[in-house]
Amino acid sequence: MGLNELTIEELKSMLSSHEITTSEIIHDLGEAIDGDSRNERPLNTYIDFDQERIRGEVKSAGYYGRTLLKGIPIAVKDLINVRGTATTCGSNILREYISPYDATAVTLLREHGGVPAGKLNMDEFAMGSSNETSAFGPVRNPHDRTRIPGGSSGGAASAVAADLAVAALATDTGGSIRQPASMCGVFGIKPTYGRVSRYGLVAYASSLDQIGPVTKTVMDGALLLQAVSGHDGRDSTSAGEPLPDFSKSVTEGVRGMKIGVPDEYFGEGLDDEVRMYVLNAVDLLDRAGAEVKKINLRYTDYAIATYYIIATAEASSNLARFDGVRYGTRTVDTNDLQQLYRENRSRGFGREVKRRILLGTFTLSSGYYDAYYLKAQKARTRILEDFKTAFDDVDTIITPVSPIPAWEIGKMLEDPLQMYLADVYTVPVNLAGLPAASVPCGKTKAGLPVGAQIIARHFKEEDVFRAAYVVEEGSG
Amino acid sequence: MNYEAVIGLEIHVQISTKTKTFCSCSTEFGEPPNTHTCPVCLGLPGALPVLNEEVIKKGITAGLTLNCRIAGRSVFARKNYFYPDLPKAYQISQYESPLNTGGWVVIKDETGAEKRIGITRAHLEEDAGKLVHDEDPRGPSYIDFNRCGVPLLEIVTDPDIRTSEEAYRFLTAVKEIMQFTGVSGCNMEKGELRVDVNISMRAQGEDGFGVKQEIKNMNSFANIRRALDYEIKRQTRLLRSGVVLTQQTRLFDQNKNATVQMRTKEEAHDYRYFPDPDLVPVVVEEAFIDEIRNGLAELPEARRNRFVKEYGLTEYDAFNLCSSRSVSRYFEDAVDGYENPKKVANWILGEIMRALNDRKIEINEFRVTAPMLRELLELMDSGVISGKMAKDVFDEMVSSGKSAKQVVDEKDLKQMSNRDDIEAVIDEVLKMHEAAVFDYRSGKKNAFGFLIGQVMKKTGGKANPGLVNEILRSRMS
Repeated sequence: MGLNELTIEELKSMLSSHEITTSEIIHDLGEAIDGDSRNERPLNTYIDFDQERIRGEVKSAGYYGRTLLKGIPIAVKDLINVRGTATTCGSNILREYISPYDATAVTLLREHGGVPAGKLNMDEFAMGSSNETSAFGPVRNPHDRTRIPGGSSGGAASAVAADLAVAALATDTGGSIRQPASMCGVFGIKPTYGRVSRYGLVAYASSLDQIGPVTKTVMDGALLLQAVSGHDGRDSTSAGEPLPDFSKSVTEGVRGMKIGVPDEYFGEGLDDEVRMYVLNAVDLLDRAGAEVKKINLRYTDYAIATYYIIATAEASSNLARFDGVRYGTRTVDTNDLQQLYRENRSRGFGREVKRRILLGTFTLSSGYYDAYYLKAQKARTRILEDFKTAFDDVDTIITPVSPIPAWEIGKMLEDPLQMYLADVYTVPVNLAGLPAASVPCGKTKAGLPVGAQIIARHFKEEDVFRAAYVVEEGSG
Repeated sequence: MNYEAVIGLEIHVQISTKTKTFCSCSTEFGEPPNTHTCPVCLGLPGALPVLNEEVIKKGITAGLTLNCRIAGRSVFARKNYFYPDLPKAYQISQYESPLNTGGWVVIKDETGAEKRIGITRAHLEEDAGKLVHDEDPRGPSYIDFNRCGVPLLEIVTDPDIRTSEEAYRFLTAVKEIMQFTGVSGCNMEKGELRVDVNISMRAQGEDGFGVKQEIKNMNSFANIRRALDYEIKRQTRLLRSGVVLTQQTRLFDQNKNATVQMRTKEEAHDYRYFPDPDLVPVVVEEAFIDEIRNGLAELPEARRNRFVKEYGLTEYDAFNLCSSRSVSRYFEDAVDGYENPKKVANWILGEIMRALNDRKIEINEFRVTAPMLRELLELMDSGVISGKMAKDVFDEMVSSGKSAKQVVDEKDLKQMSNRDDIEAVIDEVLKMHEAAVFDYRSGKKNAFGFLIGQVMKKTGGKANPGLVNEILRSRMS
């Protein structure tokens, strides 16, 4: 058994007792990644994995004394800045871009003994639910290599599921951690908005983006989240909330916890097998002593429209800086400024990114702003209030993550609206800024993983971990 | 038909802070290109802005002195447009919820009557970088991002200005206020003050507005006045000949002394403003505003009026003393407990200004402090030294840094005011210069001056001139 197959928890104790070294873990990861690249259908999870570079970092930094992660390599989604490495965001326009600084989450990771190890493939600028929009080619699902791993953190989920990474730092704007975690059968948590600094995370939609872990187990998720959380003076939206010890909450159980099951998340369009496994997870929680209640989240229907207006509006502005003038790919040699912008951006961005930039540009335009952006903000407030009301009665909410398991590569590429609709269960959580995780709760007859989503109150990630652990244990 | 101009101004003032609006880079002017930059002000992928509190403080200071309402909650928005000097492709500015609204500044119009010019808003925003074009038109252009992210206050007036002279006076007043309160240096050569002008014409007596023209790129108040004079003539001529104007943005060409078309309304940008999700709303407590209000300096206009009223100074002296905050403070320190403010004013505007100019220093760097000046004047008043001696003592104080008393004691400069002593000296002089005494008595009156000179010479200039005059006159008659 390679060290790459172990969890953070296991490696941590082996590193503590000096049974193994970080270099050995990196070596085993390298072997596994090499092995996979020889597969006739490689998973294509990494944009960059440079063993020598990573080893060099370990030598220069001296990670062993640090308590939380003890020198464990953590792969990083390629839109989080790691100093001296490419930060491509899965896009041609940043193909050659080398970041001159560390994101705060990466700085914290290092401080706690985590070693940034490789940059993970992703949907271009985190825009996609299938990891097919990457300029570095699609990522495959290790459970069925003809299928998508989910997105946009498809590289993270697939790598962790296939033991090509011990764990990963990814991001979630509308489900980008939870949906691929669900489809690849791993754990992934999007923390409360403001829990983890966004400084150094290349923004897709600033008011929705959050960094979070993708891990093999719930406990690993708690450990990794612990390392990267906390207030940051460089991010105005970073929260000053106290930081509890997440790992302690994992095994606390759910006795007395009130768990809500919202009607609106189990309606039309939900795959039967997915429904069955999620309801099975509800049963597990019930049997473990939780009090299960039916609830309603009446504004759920508006979430997709609201999300795609707000996210694309912010994206149209956030991605405007990528023009090939100061950095990034310059595709033409011209004296005409307008042509320079037009060509660099037309050639540098892929179809989905351009679609979303156009959408967002439209909704912010003079004459349309009130009808779209402003109305979407009002709907967002209603969705948040909806959750707040629900949380008057319950501590956590359990729902499916994706209405369907992983689909075949290429199947939905020509039907973007259908793909957007598949985000229906995850986007409301981002709009409300709540913490939520996907935890594996079963596999379909075809062998495709299914995840259950557990949502908690703002800054109550502990409740997510408690419930997720019970589901993890019970689903075996 | 007679037309009148309707003028509104948009003034960009650089707020004086050590660091930029949203990062900790220095705002120092004139440094080598791109040396004051970081991921934030370069707009590198992933970098985020964090607001500099000093910008808010100075923004509120400006708002208070412009008589604005200060918003308890204001919001930064993104103004989106593409240009190479704008690295994020949006400028962070305030749009729907600015910090300051609804103020005014009082000026004197051409008849000398007071006129109130309304301030629509005064909001905060960040500056862009600077493009440096090669001399060869086919050559490259360079971008210097040192200025990028430097804080600006944009002051927008109501359309209350009617003449180019009013515009000039208003700008002068605003500049004075901003400099005096320390909000901005307003140095136009460093680009710390930039003005865009909106001007339209309407028939005299009409209430509505004509079609407005915006004039950009003016780098001096004199040019603004000239551009307005040109526009008033141009638009009046066009309107009289029946031309329907279209909305335009124009540039002032200094060489031609004329404005030229830059773009029409159809080419105007849609900036797609929306609240910046990277920043939280700026919430200021009433107590915070009060604290700034209490620490606020008196404005030059108010101070000038007070100097005239309280100290009985002329408008001219008051104006000169209030030209700088430190000079007016020096004056007030010097007159504290002294009964002759006019004399203090004369000394400051005369001897002290001359000494400062000679040494090219500011009054707060001056060795002779306000209490030291007061002491000198008191020695003069009590007759210890004469006015002429005072000037020598002052020179010595400036070069040595000693107090007036010290100088007088050390150099034995005390005035000779004892009648007997002076009489003795006079008798001696009269004896030595009998010819002069004869001359005087035979009608050559200027011999009197010669004899006074001899007395002063003999006493080393210390004899009280009044007494010498009096005694000599009685002896000669």
